[in-house]
Amino acid sequence: MIPRHLVIAVAVLLMIVLGMAVYVWQMRGRAAAVPVATSDARPLTPPSAGPTEQLTLFVAYDDPGILRAQSARIPLPAGRQQRAEELLRALLALYLDKSSPHAIGVGAEVRSVYLVDPGLAVIDLNAAFADTHRSGVLVEELTVASLIRTLSANIPGILKVKILVDGKERDSLAGHADLSDFYDVSAVNQLAIQLQSVP
Amino acid sequence: MPWSSYPSSHEAPPVVRGEPCSRIAGFLFISGLVLVSSFLLSAAPQKRLAVYSVAANYFLPVMQRANHDYVALLELLDPLGRVNAKLDGRRWRIRYNNVEGEFIAGQNRARIQGRVADLSSLFLIENGRGLVPVASLSSLLPRFLGGPVTVHEDSGRIFIGSIATHFTASLAAGIPPRLVFNFSSPVSPSVSTEPGKVHISFTREPVVAPASSTLTFGSNIISSATYSESNGLAEITVNTSAPLMPSFGDNGRTLTLTPASAASQASSPAPSSPPSAAARPAANSPANSPPSPPSATSPSSYPSAPRRYFAVVDPSHGGDDRGEALSSTLLEKDVTLALARRLRQELENRGISTLMLRESDANLSSDQRAVLANTNHPAIYIALHVASGGHGIRLYTALLPYGNGDNGLFRSWSNAQSSFLSVSQGAAASISAELQKQQASVRIVTAPLRPLNNVTAAAVAIELAPAGSDLAQLTSADYQQLIANAVATAIAATRDKLGATP
Repeated sequence: MIPRHLVIAVAVLLMIVLGMAVYVWQMRGRAAAVPVATSDARPLTPPSAGPTEQLTLFVAYDDPGILRAQSARIPLPAGRQQRAEELLRALLALYLDKSSPHAIGVGAEVRSVYLVDPGLAVIDLNAAFADTHRSGVLVEELTVASLIRTLSANIPGILKVKILVDGKERDSLAGHADLSDFYDVSAVNQLAIQLQSVP
Repeated sequence: MPWSSYPSSHEAPPVVRGEPCSRIAGFLFISGLVLVSSFLLSAAPQKRLAVYSVAANYFLPVMQRANHDYVALLELLDPLGRVNAKLDGRRWRIRYNNVEGEFIAGQNRARIQGRVADLSSLFLIENGRGLVPVASLSSLLPRFLGGPVTVHEDSGRIFIGSIATHFTASLAAGIPPRLVFNFSSPVSPSVSTEPGKVHISFTREPVVAPASSTLTFGSNIISSATYSESNGLAEITVNTSAPLMPSFGDNGRTLTLTPASAASQASSPAPSSPPSAAARPAANSPANSPPSPPSATSPSSYPSAPRRYFAVVDPSHGGDDRGEALSSTLLEKDVTLALARRLRQELENRGISTLMLRESDANLSSDQRAVLANTNHPAIYIALHVASGGHGIRLYTALLPYGNGDNGLFRSWSNAQSSFLSVSQGAAASISAELQKQQASVRIVTAPLRPLNNVTAAAVAIELAPAGSDLAQLTSADYQQLIANAVATAIAATRDKLGATP
């Protein structure tokens, strides 16, 4: 004969299981009734706001094929990495403008900039940036020099730069400018000086 | 602002007290690991296969499967041409240039261009790689490569085409006598000594045996020399009763072994030489000059090597790599090829031997271009590009990547150009001056453009843009001829500065 206390315990457990089943069924119905947002447009980081800062952007000009140092005032966040990203986005905004002196493809953007001690900056471009970039030694070189020189002029301590596309290594930007190695910032600074002189 | 933070903890980690038996087990386990490691380290060296060809000399690992030697076919063919492979179940298809082969895992029969080829043992697939028996390479490779292939199966050496380097050895008269080796092509062996023997080892050269593997000289001082080869290496062992000093001459074609006493008399004060010193032909070293010890070889000095061509002209892009689409019908790869043909003609008109890296619409990676240039040891490498943007001509020298990268005597591939940068800049300046004489708009800048930084010679890239706004000028015979003339004239004028005579 089954002990009485065991029968009671099994009955209580069965009741709990049944109760849980009913509760889960109701919760499932409620969850189904809540409309699911098709895309989450909520911001993850605060927008860059607040006081603006004076910066130097090295802007490429295709026509004479040069880099020009231009002052700009843009709001920058406090974090070093976020500053680097905003800086390059400001530069790209110039290139994406209709009156751009060095047009780049629609949809081109800087995905992220990673600053890694000691002295390494990794610029991660999106695929549209490289896929739509015009091909040619000078035109690609102007883009690379513009990005790196702008970064190094405004973020101190960067010694070498690696450029990735969609988080991956790529042989070249658009068939010419090499992306497989680390750029030496001091060598690029020298290149920028060469590119600043009108031929 | 810190980029990363570490959790701080002031608690000491808990101490785990093991049982005595577990300690013994741990000790035995570690001892076992040490024993196995030492056994593995002392085991025989990895078997390898040396492949010698005009395109490249390289080594491949040999794998032992079921008492047979195997090698990966794709890796074997890869440096020689365009190759790709596809695995479809047990079928492994490989395409080398225009030759197709089909192998089936576990079968000793293959089809190459539809014809049956028998393998000496079963074809294997491991991790998607097709492995073929080394013993079958003498029948398989000629079918893929379409030319003669000599396989030294026992010693793991493959000679593609007529590439073998032959040698003779003779005792030169004199007291004491000198042993002179004459090679049919320049060599750069390592020479080491031990009491009674001198070992001359050829790791990269396709040196082959003379008619007899043992040569006797009938001298008390230098009695004989023996040729042997194994595991992808060739070696000549000289039996001697006196220490011998090696010296190279005739641009690496001659190796002379001189008794140390005579060598020291010939070049006083005598350089001290360790008993086991590796020797290589020093750059531009006169015959009979003592070899430099390895420590004296700085990364900026390269051994002299045979120069087949004075100039290498590289029409950039080609094949799948179209370069810039200059217009809907005009591709950069086609214009660079036309310009390269004109430049080669102009260089050869001036007596400058020139190699063009591609003669047709061929695929060549930047590494392959650098390898082809470097193996021919030219005085100058010229890459040609064409662009629709901007005006005039741009001359580029290498923008070297970050870091030196050299590791002792091993030179960094990315910075191989570093020792030649000044001569490259000099060449660019000469070309610029000549172009300016032709009223062309010229500009010199550095550029992150492969393979400039991989080339071990003066290296310049030329990017041609229209002088005005008319793109048709890029294909104009007059415009191309003007550029080709000026570049060839500049190179001819500076050939002495660039290196040896063509």
